Amino acid sequence: MPKLTTPISDEEIRSLKAGDTVYLNGIIVTGRDAAHKFMIEHFIKKPVQPDEQELYDDLKELLDGGVIYHCGPVVKTHDDGSYSFVAAGPTTSIREEVYQADVIRHFNLKGVIGKGGMGGNTLKACAEQPAVYLHAIGGAASYIAQSVKEVLGVYKLEFGVPEAMWVIRVEDFPVVVTMDSHGTSLHDTIQAQSKEVLVGLIS
Amino acid sequence: MDYKTLDLTDQFVELIRRAATQLPADMRQGLHQAKGNEAPGSAAEGALDTILLNVDIAEKNSTPICQDTGTPIFEVKYPVGVSTRKLADQIRAAAAAATKNNYLRPNAVDSLTGKNSGDNTGEDFPTMHFHEWDEDAIHVDLLLKGGGCENVSTQYKLPDGDLGAGRDLEGVRRVVLDAVYQAQGRGCGPAVLGVAIGGDRGSGYLKSKQQLFRQLDDTNPDPQLAALEERIFEEANQMGIGPMGFGGNTTALGVKIAAQHRLPASYFVSVAYMCWANRRASMDIQLGGEEVEVSYA
Ligand code: SF4
Repeated sequence: MPKLTTPISDEEIRSLKAGDTVYLNGIIVTGRDAAHKFMIEHFIKKPVQPDEQELYDDLKELLDGGVIYHCGPVVKTHDDGSYSFVAAGPTTSIREEVYQADVIRHFNLKGVIGKGGMGGNTLKACAEQPAVYLHAIGGAASYIAQSVKEVLGVYKLEFGVPEAMWVIRVEDFPVVVTMDSHGTSLHDTIQAQSKEVLVGLIS
Repeated sequence: MDYKTLDLTDQFVELIRRAATQLPADMRQGLHQAKGNEAPGSAAEGALDTILLNVDIAEKNSTPICQDTGTPIFEVKYPVGVSTRKLADQIRAAAAAATKNNYLRPNAVDSLTGKNSGDNTGEDFPTMHFHEWDEDAIHVDLLLKGGGCENVSTQYKLPDGDLGAGRDLEGVRRVVLDAVYQAQGRGCGPAVLGVAIGGDRGSGYLKSKQQLFRQLDDTNPDPQLAALEERIFEEANQMGIGPMGFGGNTTALGVKIAAQHRLPASYFVSVAYMCWANRRASMDIQLGGEEVEVSYA
């Protein structure tokens, strides 16, 4: 069972090819629309403000060699104030296409997890950085929640539970590399192949 | 029994719980078979394996199969004398209760304010259709239709020059295959495709969704449509898009087609793309005796 553990090295990323299944381990951070917009507007396009310096430093450390997961989880709060993930399937990634490349470069991200794949800008950033796009199994919310072993903390809870940045520790989270660091997107390959078949079937 | 005092709210909650947490047996069997058709160690096989494990966990823990619990669509058959207005109120109350119990995610958003109602009720939400019948019983079918796959559902207006699709079954075949191609992996395939030929834009979409209630292994009573279902099913799977778009032999788990009368001027083909999480459940309520008798399927 090929495993990948955060923080991930450049060599490990380069060894991955589109189509590979890997099991992810270690600490990752969730982030979707609000989180990406926030990181761009507050940290990347502008100098960091003093009252957000601490948050920035924390994220810098967590995301360096790390992974962002496009996920809006369902989270249970326990009586002692601790959290656990109840459902944690991936959300559609393409909405972050406008932000993702800059976030990958700025924070030295090694991976982005989501579903549906991403576009040319992200693919280019993956090749340069290097980084990979990892596709989780859409709809497998309960299964993935079970691979979230621990919720270590949360940032920006004011965005709401689904949009907040949850810091989680995962064990053997199954994902498929669909965009690698060599410029190959499985989504593009499959689309081209299926186009050929379609043309054959309707000509 | 006195229809006036009939209150099925609790039964509707149980129906929702079953739909959200238990994948129907025919869908499971279809996924199992599909897994056997994929190359050992392939990403497609792994995806189907994860899906099947997820289905087991959801049933065991009584938690939603997928966190997007979709649009609840109720099709209700009722006898003369039962108030559909009251049944509709009970369905709305049940949707709210099921949300509280975490069987449903709050999924109804006000399109003007962006505010989530928090309890799965709102303008035209949930979707309900009532049909009167002669039985002394109520039959309810429920489908939870996910959003990701709804985004890749589509409608064609024939003739379509680009696809060489005329106003006949060959044209239908061409556009449905195009819909499968356009969707790629974005609708959380493998898919069940509900197709309606004809109707208008509204009735066609509705009819295409209603096909998703059919059992995967049923046979269309119309031999022409049965043959077309079979052919599109095979050809969709030749396209190699595979589970989640990872590539592989399973792009569709079923194709279900119905035809409607249409205006001479229009020829629509509506395609309802349903993800692997084709969550449906039904219940029967016998009203003949003193007490209501309920059974679920
Ligand atoms: S398309 Fe279906 S499986 Fe995918 S996230 Fe939506 S409801 Fe879940």
